[in-house]
Amino acid sequence: MADRRYTKTHEWVVVDGKSVTVGITDFAQSQLGDVVFLELPSTGRKLAMRESFGVVESVKAASDLYSPVAGRVTAVNEKLTANPELVNSDPYGDGWILKVELAGDLPADLLDEGAYKKVTEASAH
Amino acid sequence: MVDFGGWELPQQYTSIRDEHFAVRKAAGLFDISHMGRLVVEGGGALAYLQHLLTNDLGALGAGHAIYSQMCKEDGGVIDDLVVYRETEDRFIVVVNAANREKDIAWMRKHLSGEAALEDRTAELSLIAFQGPRAHALLPPGSSDTEDIPYFGFRSGKVAGAPALISRTGYTGEDGFELFIASDQVGEVWDAILAEGKSSGVLPAGLGARDATRLEAALRLYGNDMDETVNPYEAGLGWTVKLGKGDFIGHDALAAVKQNGPKRSLIGFKTASGDIPRHGAAVIHDGRRVGTVTSGTHSFFLGHPIALALIEVPSFPAGERIAVEVRGREAPAEVVKLPFYRGSARSAVAPAKS
Repeated sequence: MADRRYTKTHEWVVVDGKSVTVGITDFAQSQLGDVVFLELPSTGRKLAMRESFGVVESVKAASDLYSPVAGRVTAVNEKLTANPELVNSDPYGDGWILKVELAGDLPADLLDEGAYKKVTEASAH
Repeated sequence: MVDFGGWELPQQYTSIRDEHFAVRKAAGLFDISHMGRLVVEGGGALAYLQHLLTNDLGALGAGHAIYSQMCKEDGGVIDDLVVYRETEDRFIVVVNAANREKDIAWMRKHLSGEAALEDRTAELSLIAFQGPRAHALLPPGSSDTEDIPYFGFRSGKVAGAPALISRTGYTGEDGFELFIASDQVGEVWDAILAEGKSSGVLPAGLGARDATRLEAALRLYGNDMDETVNPYEAGLGWTVKLGKGDFIGHDALAAVKQNGPKRSLIGFKTASGDIPRHGAAVIHDGRRVGTVTSGTHSFFLGHPIALALIEVPSFPAGERIAVEVRGREAPAEVVKLPFYRGSARSAVAPAKS
């Protein structure tokens, strides 16, 4: 998807007007291994940029999730409660995590696919 | 890929869950060539190993293996390992990857008499084929393994290649660890997977290895014990044979046995999503009583499981405790070990220590 953008900390965003969908990248899910649980915020919560909004528990480790944007949580992916493995099997589709109503501007340092790929290649070893 | 004692190993080939189920339902194939393989031989080899190790190799016949600790003078565990007696005066010692260099240094320091120590890790590969159907699913061109007892091994062939076939493992399941020349192991690996594919055999990574060993309550060095933990604390007193004569750590361990260990390894389970991690506090009545040594989510059992070192007196099965998960106290329940008893004829330590 051309308009998907990435962070150095392995989240992705898709922006549709003021609505921003947030997930973790395919690289992130492969590094985490099988996801078994996500601790997610309630809708309505206000997130600052880079704020930790939850935790993803994989077999390997618990990892904090950081919001790539500032805004208010408008939806969380309820499917992940019963099927956390969607984060592994479909990280850019059914494994989405949050929808946020954007407050202010998008951060300037979001990466396009090519730039993100370089980040993953650098950290793969 | 993750770095494991200097070796690059896959956490999973496909999915930890699928690989874990393959090991429990059919069989999984693990590359464990990172484990150190040392050969000790010579007329003094037995006496040398008896002095180094806590378990008694005196009655170990050729073609049999034994699990032992190697301890410091103060009883702390340097490594846990498996000794294979090939002949009267030739032994293979399989040690943990991360400890190999430390072990070799320690073993060289204590080398005496007519014994030679050689590191054969590179030329001899080691793969493990583990699961209730491992025995039945060995590929054509493999020796009959029916008569190999648990913790026994034989020279034979697997998929036409010469192999040392050992009925040992680290999953709680029946199966084999196969020592094969490194230039032939790739073909054997492929042959086992090809033969087992339609029966659900999968290559299995470190994630499935950790989950299956933890369900079977098999200890992991560096997590469940280290040089600050003695075998009695780790629940491995059955590998210490104080009556066999003197060995390194004998007097310290005799004192621990007489006075009772100060800590005890227990197992507990938690609710789904509350995965206890290594180092997390274990809490009882508002007080920290111990530390998690290993924890994971068990896909097979459907809930997280963990081992912890607890100050004595320990807790009986059924006791309600708490464990620190993501900065809060999560409820936990003490359970009897092992968490799961697989198809191995005796994967678990004798009950008494």
